Amino acid sequence: MNIPGLNGYSTLAGRTVDRYALARVPADVNYYFGTDEFGRDLFSRTLHGTRISLIIAFIAAVLDLTIGVLYGLTSAMKGGRTDTVMQRVLEILSGIPSLVLVVLMLLIFSPGLFSIIFALAISSWIPMARMVRAETLRIKNMEYVLAARALGTSEARIALSHVLPNIAGIVVVRTMFSIPAAIFFETFLSFIGVGMKIPNASLGTLLNGGYKVFRIYPSQMWIPAVVLCVIMLVFNLFADGLRDALDPRMKE
Amino acid sequence: MSEVRLEVKNLSVSFSTFAGKVHAVRGVSFSLHDGETLAIVGESGSGKTVTCRSVMRLLAKNATIDSGEILLDGADLLKLSEREMRRVRGNDVAMVFQDPMTSLDPTMKIGRQIEEAVTLHRKVRRGEARGRMLELLRLVDIEDPERRSRQYPHEFSGGQRQRIVIAVALACDPRVLIADEPTTALDVTMQAQIIDLLKDLQRKVHTSVIFITHDLGVVANVADRVAVMYAGKIVEIGLADEIFYDPRHPYTWGLLHAMPTLDTNMPTLYTIPGSPPTLVEPVPEGDAFAPRNAYALAVDEKYEPPLFKVSDTHYAATWLLDPRAPKAVPPEILSRRRREYLERRKRDAG
Repeated sequence: MNIPGLNGYSTLAGRTVDRYALARVPADVNYYFGTDEFGRDLFSRTLHGTRISLIIAFIAAVLDLTIGVLYGLTSAMKGGRTDTVMQRVLEILSGIPSLVLVVLMLLIFSPGLFSIIFALAISSWIPMARMVRAETLRIKNMEYVLAARALGTSEARIALSHVLPNIAGIVVVRTMFSIPAAIFFETFLSFIGVGMKIPNASLGTLLNGGYKVFRIYPSQMWIPAVVLCVIMLVFNLFADGLRDALDPRMKE
Repeated sequence: MSEVRLEVKNLSVSFSTFAGKVHAVRGVSFSLHDGETLAIVGESGSGKTVTCRSVMRLLAKNATIDSGEILLDGADLLKLSEREMRRVRGNDVAMVFQDPMTSLDPTMKIGRQIEEAVTLHRKVRRGEARGRMLELLRLVDIEDPERRSRQYPHEFSGGQRQRIVIAVALACDPRVLIADEPTTALDVTMQAQIIDLLKDLQRKVHTSVIFITHDLGVVANVADRVAVMYAGKIVEIGLADEIFYDPRHPYTWGLLHAMPTLDTNMPTLYTIPGSPPTLVEPVPEGDAFAPRNAYALAVDEKYEPPLFKVSDTHYAATWLLDPRAPKAVPPEILSRRRREYLERRKRDAG
């Protein structure tokens, strides 16, 4: 492809040169997204960054599905004092600003994937826990739960076989919605420098690098930005579609 | 008389609410004999459901069982721990609820729901549980059980769902089946089906049934004995024929008078004036029915009437049965029915 502005030629003091030829890059090697100031291929770095983002997405989903669902389920099924205590603990946790927490953790851990996961583990599952609790309370009052109790089913068994399948739809939807939030969180942290460390390639670090040279090589920032937007948009649309299909409250 | 399966002695249940303590059940006693159907009739709020939930110990968190004993074949259910009670529920005493639309888990195939009931209390292998499940489905007249057992509740009609609920309840051959208004949510044709099914099942499986309802027509069809409840107490109890044709309590008179039949020929239907008391502490003294009772005596305002004996099987809690009370004449309609019943009995005997 020989698009002006994107073909590796640049003009300096009236002279147009092929920068890649100057850097002695072999003719059959192509940099699809260009390179940064160190000659690192932006395309492969973007792919790598996207992989990091998807790992974060997966971890956020797992946290939601395990800690979030279990916490909300236990809190609602037990009820009474246990429920009150658990909810207050939740409120305390949600009051902790995660950004401050991550920065504080730099005192102990070096920035990287682990500190991000830790920050996510503290509070990303809280909305899920709250929602699961609300739905479980609703299901608990259904007559088939009473009928199950009348059969002598234990509370744990009721939670697993009757409550979980009935909240599965909204749990899945909620998980899908929490993924873009987690991806953005990681990108943001990496952008300000407390997430992934440079030279690791994450969308946030790429944005950081691109933002420095935005006036000269705007593509360095545009490309990771567009990729980030597309990923988040895709997950949001997917979650939207799933909600239309699965959420019982949306049904007529 | 066959042996006593379930005996409730002097049961009192109250609820702690923001409005105060509500005495929902005040000293209820009755017994259920082997193989019989006892119907408990009463208005909403009379305490019939709370009584039966107490037998299963399925009351709300703000309920307290103030006193009483519930003896199932001699064992007091109120003294059991929660874990022991869980073994009783479904196994020895089972319950069928009112609304078939919500009694089944919508996300579980019905075959599995029935199998769950079986495996909960019996150590059986998968194949045996499945066999028992199919047997139960055939017992409640669900056609093509193999295919139907793999379907979800929403693929069945209301009457079929109620039959499945009955199958779940009977899964472990309970000695006592409590049916809490099982036909109220169904239309008349489905009602008839369910009632026939219950009578048929009772003969085959030999359970004793407590049938809670407010529909006297249904009672006439299913019950061997009837207990009439009002404001948390049993006001009259006896054989079905005795209650229908020889009632002695003014409340029962009111109920029967209010029930229209094919012979009813009045411009307006009779209703018992007023409404039942709320039973919030402090409960007014005397007979709770006195304010609405056209036949009330002065003594009704001060002292609650005890159960007077009419016959070995028939008791009524009204001061009118006291030998010192004036003679009370029940409404004309009831007297006529009684006369016709007695004539019919004479004719059938002669």
